[in-house]
Amino acid sequence: MHHALRGAAFGLAIAAGFASPLAAKTLVYCSEGSPEGFNPAFFTAGTTFDATSRQVFDKLVQFERGTTKIVPGLAESWSVSEEGLEYTFKLRKGVKFHTSKTFKPTRDFNAQDIIFTFERQWKSDNPYHTVSGGAYEYFNSMDMPKLLKSIEAVDDYTVKITLNEPEAPFLANLAMDFMSVQSAEYADQMAKAGTQTKVDQEPIGTGPFQFVGYQKDAVIRYRANEAYWGGKAPIDTLVFSITPDASVRYAKLKAGECHVMAYPNPADLAAMKTDPTINLMSQEGLNVGYLAFNTEKAPFTDVKVRQALSMAVNRDAIIEAVYQGAGKKAKNPIPPTIWSYNDKVEDTKYDPEAARKLLADAGFPNGFETDLWAMPVQRPYNPNARRMAEMVQADWAKIGVKVKIVSYEWGEYLRRTKDGEHQTMLMGWTGDNGDPDNFLYVLLGCEAVGSANRARFCYQPFNELLIKAKRTPDVAERTKFYEQAQVVFKEQAPWLTVAHSVVYEPIRKEVKNYKIDPFGGHIFYGVDIN
Amino acid sequence: MFRFFLTRFSLIIPTFIGVTLLTFALIRLVPGDPVELMAGERGISPERHAELRAAMGLDKPLLVQYGDYILNVVQGDLGNSVVTRTPVLDEFMTLFPATIELSVCAILFAMIVGLPLGILAAVKRGSIFDHSLMGISLTGYSMPIFWWALLLILLFSVNLGWTPVSGRISVMYWVEPVTNFMLIDALLSDEEGAFSSALSHLILPAIVLGTVPLAVIARMTRSSMLEVLGEDYIRTARAKGLAPLRVVAQHALRNALIPVVTVIGLQVGVLFAGAILTETIFAWPGIGKWLIESVARRDYPVLQGGVLLVAAVIMIVNLLVDLTYGVLNPRIRHGGH
Amino acid sequence: MTVESQIDATPREPLPTARPPSAFGEFWHYFAQNKGAVAGLVVILIVTFAAVFADLIAPYSPNEQFRDAILQPPFWAEGGSFQYLMGTDDVGRDILSRIIHGARLSLLIGAIVVTLSLAVGVVLGLIAGFARGVTDVLIMRLCDIMLALPSLLLAIVIVAVLGPSLTNAMIAISLVVLPHYTRLTRAAVITELSKDYVVASKVSGAGVLRLMFITVLPNCTAPLIVQATLGFSTAILDAAALGFLGLGAQPPTPEWGTMLASAREFVSRAWWVVTFPGLAILITVLAFNLLGDGLRDALDPKLKR
Repeated sequence: MHHALRGAAFGLAIAAGFASPLAAKTLVYCSEGSPEGFNPAFFTAGTTFDATSRQVFDKLVQFERGTTKIVPGLAESWSVSEEGLEYTFKLRKGVKFHTSKTFKPTRDFNAQDIIFTFERQWKSDNPYHTVSGGAYEYFNSMDMPKLLKSIEAVDDYTVKITLNEPEAPFLANLAMDFMSVQSAEYADQMAKAGTQTKVDQEPIGTGPFQFVGYQKDAVIRYRANEAYWGGKAPIDTLVFSITPDASVRYAKLKAGECHVMAYPNPADLAAMKTDPTINLMSQEGLNVGYLAFNTEKAPFTDVKVRQALSMAVNRDAIIEAVYQGAGKKAKNPIPPTIWSYNDKVEDTKYDPEAARKLLADAGFPNGFETDLWAMPVQRPYNPNARRMAEMVQADWAKIGVKVKIVSYEWGEYLRRTKDGEHQTMLMGWTGDNGDPDNFLYVLLGCEAVGSANRARFCYQPFNELLIKAKRTPDVAERTKFYEQAQVVFKEQAPWLTVAHSVVYEPIRKEVKNYKIDPFGGHIFYGVDIN
Repeated sequence: MFRFFLTRFSLIIPTFIGVTLLTFALIRLVPGDPVELMAGERGISPERHAELRAAMGLDKPLLVQYGDYILNVVQGDLGNSVVTRTPVLDEFMTLFPATIELSVCAILFAMIVGLPLGILAAVKRGSIFDHSLMGISLTGYSMPIFWWALLLILLFSVNLGWTPVSGRISVMYWVEPVTNFMLIDALLSDEEGAFSSALSHLILPAIVLGTVPLAVIARMTRSSMLEVLGEDYIRTARAKGLAPLRVVAQHALRNALIPVVTVIGLQVGVLFAGAILTETIFAWPGIGKWLIESVARRDYPVLQGGVLLVAAVIMIVNLLVDLTYGVLNPRIRHGGH
Repeated sequence: MTVESQIDATPREPLPTARPPSAFGEFWHYFAQNKGAVAGLVVILIVTFAAVFADLIAPYSPNEQFRDAILQPPFWAEGGSFQYLMGTDDVGRDILSRIIHGARLSLLIGAIVVTLSLAVGVVLGLIAGFARGVTDVLIMRLCDIMLALPSLLLAIVIVAVLGPSLTNAMIAISLVVLPHYTRLTRAAVITELSKDYVVASKVSGAGVLRLMFITVLPNCTAPLIVQATLGFSTAILDAAALGFLGLGAQPPTPEWGTMLASAREFVSRAWWVVTFPGLAILITVLAFNLLGDGLRDALDPKLKR
């Protein structure tokens, strides 16, 4: 067996050995799949963002690497008006767009590029609006058309954005991948040449890496942007080796054919921990897996019932069996990597005795019958909903609650639960912009009943806190509201928060300064290899 | 000849229309709402839902949808991938060369090895060589090639370290895609060693994919040779005292090869089914892997368009084989067909 | 094509016995000459035995996990033990037990697929052959369409619509191989229909159904039996391929192809996890192919000469 292991490493090394060693520093990242395309505004998958917005593009404001904190990007500074409606951005000067075979920029980045980036997605009369199929799912799903009132260039390096209503999380939206700043000049040139779709296939950005080429389903290649405003990246060439099979990725990592790999097999984690050439990093992901009670249907209208059922579930066993260790018990509806996470909240204790008593108090000494919906697919926040449902079923049976497990095809499941056909259900969420609002209001606000609020939870004291937090741009003040909201959430128990799945990132020892991105991305600016 | 061509061609058209019906029906039969799937956990408002359904043409009656579909197909528009939003035809065109490259190498391998073996077996009929070759060939024919691939990887890549495990070329090379045939592109590029890297990546997949055709070709060549060797004119040649090798090479081979050519042509379907498995195992970015992934990603336009294109390619190749056979063997052309 | 000895064997004189040999006797006489076919038959009998008595033969349950014996090599290799003759897989299941239970699944798949496709295919073929005209054209066109696609691809498409499962994989494979039976039956029917005995039967007023199933069908059985035997091997191979692609039986079902799919990641660490399920597929498929070839030669010596 040891022989075979060595053999594998050797075989791969030979394979790599056919290549002449490059003098320059090349970092190879074994990614899990092909990007959907090269314009991040069209898509919603992390794989696509890894290949585009996270290497090639900049945004007005960005997240500090490894955190959800917002820092200056292409905007050096910004100010928000008193009532929270006007955002004024001072843009960075002397920023250059990439140069490619088809495009040589004649001017520096300026306000026109920002306007183009917004209007392409926003205004249906923009000549680029319908290019490449033009569906801007993220722009729409983040409600940008509803929020935006106007955008104008005050001068070449000042942009003013006016909103229809105060919305503090707006700033976080601007740091999201779909707001990657595109070159207006590139778009104009391609329009003149009649090759508009090039803009979306051969991306030109201002980011730390410049796109070199893509061999479909095999390789993407980038080279460091020498003129990057934040300083040139320590590595010279970045290669994405598209390797959908997790075990092959691991073999390549061991053999040194790649330096960083995405999404390891849970089964391989133990071996990775002990491997001296590999550094296994981990962090809670920006997600939550939960069990939602339909708060509009009896008996779940009663807080006591919801609390009793929450107490009856042994979540430690679930994390062991369903997440196989790659999960952390969740006590709040937001993960601990998000600011305003309230660590003081007391977690629900597993206590079947107390649960039975509480259920009797609520008028169900002998329990009742209900259904539990389980999604048919694997999701980042829940690797096996079916098994989780079976475990909950067994736990609830102990306090007399008989459960029928219901499952539909995924699309059907989403539709029916949105309409509230279920009594209790398993669900989850992966955050978009690291703003607490993106979890709390999107999933539990009154406005979201009938869409993402599948608990159909509309509790005025809770909702008011969220609205107040939305209206104030001051982060300290918002934090207080959200901390309070988490306490109310726990009392009301519309969900049993089950777990935050843990993200593992195996990297080779020679890789320096790699940081896990709380958004689940892979960012290679600032990373070095020895 | 022209009439022969026309009759054969006219037979293809109804079959092709049938395949369009099949692929069209496929997408309607799939359970679940494609719009809802796009929206995911977030959910979607009824207005936006209706808007997207309309954009996808799902709100029209089925017959109209089929009409639109056919009209588009005729114009070469097979729709866009749900995942990448690029036209299905474009994706097919980028990936098809990879599959052709692999298949051509596989069939070449099968011919180079299979023809001589089959001839030799026929000449040495009844010998141990003949018996064992036929045994091996039936084994090859029964081979689950996905397992065969794993065995070869185990031996040559893992234990011996002679060949790479997957892909078309080492990621350390950047080869500009000119023709999308990696061997050619590697030759054209100025990167040193790119060609040998591409070649080393091709060997195992080509052997795996060539295995079943190799078995078929060897068996077919043998039996076809035996038939010809039994004919009167060969016996005469032999009786005249011509050297056996000369008899085989000059007289028998040409006539024996006619049915073999047909068999090789008919391997296209087999090759394609094999390509699905081979490409998946070796991470070979071709049509087979593309289609399997489209199933996993629920990218139904790709599955629909891809299946249609594959059917078209196979039908055209079969037509060409028919025509070649017609040219080689005039009896067919003037016969009852 | 496998039975070389038969190619130049001169037609044998009937054995000088008092009674003419029975049909079966004659068949067996030809069949037994073919060592390969007999070997195939023996293997199939062994596999069938293992499948029927899997619960008694298999040392363990196919799904029992021995957590203290994960990825143990087979008994002759270093670190192996007689407890697990073929070793264990990544969660400590006994591979031998899984293979024995897999035999049950594979034969079941073969049987169901052949029965389904044979039944439907033959009926369609009979209808096409008897009705001729528009019905015939329609049925045969349908067959053409299905044959225009590689069978594995068509099966994948059908499974994509129905959803991945063992049942759906069997349905898909049955549909895909069905046209072969239809074509075969139709061709045989058309040949038989022109023969005197059928004409005689018609004249004496036999009904269509009687003609189909009692007069004509028994005379087409030889090629159908051969095709059905070979159909077993196709069904087993295709089901395993679908399982391997994740579109057939779902884990932890001990189906051989599915076992191989989950074994893929151990190719560099545990050769036995990869080797044995594939070997089981190969041996079984080969046995059916040998038997099919032997049957073809024995049932229809004309086909051979």
